[in-house]
Amino acid sequence: MDITTLSALEMGRKIKNREISVAEAVKAQLEKIKVSDASYHCYITVLEQEALARGEKVQKLIEAGEFKDSPLAGVPVAVKDNICTQGVRTTCASKILYNFNPPYNAAVVEKLENAGAVIIGKTNMDEFAMGSTTETSYFGITNNPRNTEHVPGGSSGGSAAAVAADEAFYALGSDTGGSIRQPSAFCGVTGMKPTYGTVSRYGLLAYASSLDQIGPIAKNVSDCAAVLDIISGHDARDSTCVAQGAYHYTEALADDVRGMKIGIPKGYLGAGLDDEIRKSILAAAETFEKKGAVVQEFDLDAVDYAIPAYYVIASAEASSNLSRYDGVKYGYRTGDFENLQEVYKKTRSEGFGNEVKRRMMIGAFVLSSGYYDAYYNKALKVKAIIKAGFDKAFQKFDVLLGPTAPSTAPRLGESLSDPLKMYLGDIYTVSVNLAGLPAISLPCGTDSKGLPIGMQLIGKHFGEKEIIRAAYSFEQTQTGNK
Amino acid sequence: MTITDETIHYVAALAKLELSGEEKEKAKKDLGSILAYMDTMNELDTEHIEPMSHVFPIRNVFREDVVANGPDRDILLSNAPASKDGCFMVPKTVE
Repeated sequence: MDITTLSALEMGRKIKNREISVAEAVKAQLEKIKVSDASYHCYITVLEQEALARGEKVQKLIEAGEFKDSPLAGVPVAVKDNICTQGVRTTCASKILYNFNPPYNAAVVEKLENAGAVIIGKTNMDEFAMGSTTETSYFGITNNPRNTEHVPGGSSGGSAAAVAADEAFYALGSDTGGSIRQPSAFCGVTGMKPTYGTVSRYGLLAYASSLDQIGPIAKNVSDCAAVLDIISGHDARDSTCVAQGAYHYTEALADDVRGMKIGIPKGYLGAGLDDEIRKSILAAAETFEKKGAVVQEFDLDAVDYAIPAYYVIASAEASSNLSRYDGVKYGYRTGDFENLQEVYKKTRSEGFGNEVKRRMMIGAFVLSSGYYDAYYNKALKVKAIIKAGFDKAFQKFDVLLGPTAPSTAPRLGESLSDPLKMYLGDIYTVSVNLAGLPAISLPCGTDSKGLPIGMQLIGKHFGEKEIIRAAYSFEQTQTGNK
Repeated sequence: MTITDETIHYVAALAKLELSGEEKEKAKKDLGSILAYMDTMNELDTEHIEPMSHVFPIRNVFREDVVANGPDRDILLSNAPASKDGCFMVPKTVE
């Protein structure tokens, strides 16, 4: 039996019951990566020696009675390469950080280690998490394991592809405008973006700080809930982290949506959406109704203005956040300079890729005097309208349902030539980040090309449990789920 | 919106980037179409709307003002492209 096909929780149980040792799990995972990563390129760095050593240590701790409350102790995990791992190269898939070894662990990495996790590697992504295809990585593209002619989505494409290819039992991604949910949809796995402030961003290399949130990508809803149990929690080192009473997301894993009120924004089924995806989402709506939920279409305010507002705000924050990469403190430095200004300019021009440069310039423009009000301030007002629209919707509904993306995974090489067209693919995901809401993407079918279709369930602030319950209930109706 | 050479020169300077001629032309075209699309926000009447920077009504977070500097200097400097005598090293900036 190929034990890498087990879900994370199944593997955790087998380790706990001593049916499989941590070393066996780690070795099987490394072997799988060795065999299939030549085809998919999910990883930038594979931690072979480190994972084997850590596996031995975790096994001993389990035998000594540690990690009793951790269902994922000993299970290998993949971490997106924009999350700091102490002493392990963390590149953001950029030349400018090609040799950066963080001096500390991100809060989520500490939490994973406290739960007995074994980090198996760092996954590929769009450079600085800016992109929807994982084609902008300095370290090369990732292929979609469901069809290698297609992109895995992005920016957490390596994490989603690793889970889809059984090269990871579960993975961490980050989501600023859909970067967990969209690749999860494209690769046919389950990914969750928590409410802003649920998971500490300490040690996450910042893209757009008011929108960034770390979350799980896994083989099913239960695994996502179990991972979220581990990585959530208040952290004083992230001042936007919100202290909550009870996290315990796995408690929400119940097959019961009777009486649940589910709203479908009409604007999420309109022009621009692939017909096969529309059918698939409507079929999911019927499934929910059959299970006793009340499903209704409604008008969500300002759907069409989410993308422009998102790209103004995200680019503005990126231009500020990425000013720290200057060739002085860490990472790449140009070899050819006369003075300090040239160190800055040449390092950045040689170290950043096209999409990152483009967004830094858009950001500099929308923040510049003369344009600040027309763009940045305007976008913050549009954000207020979008947030108010969701507030109104959640007075009536418990959960919102829609597609994750307007198409299935595009073919490799089709997206980057027209950046605006690529940005439009984020239509159903970015408003969730602007409003700070939680959302989950899970598989709900395949199109005629055999590519996975993802559906998205959006919850109210701190409404993770409702979307987990709805997603879990839906998952029970799908054949072939793990 | 038409993006002029001056605008590209200005934003590149703000972003501390040096663009090749080809990159400048591409940036002009891309920024033009992206900003034109961003202009669709003007269809929304936002006159009486307050700009929202944070989605939750949270207050500022205060802490005691104590030194809690993390990893020591040598570890931090080990990532620097160039260092000397416990400091980051850069080209001479003051004559």
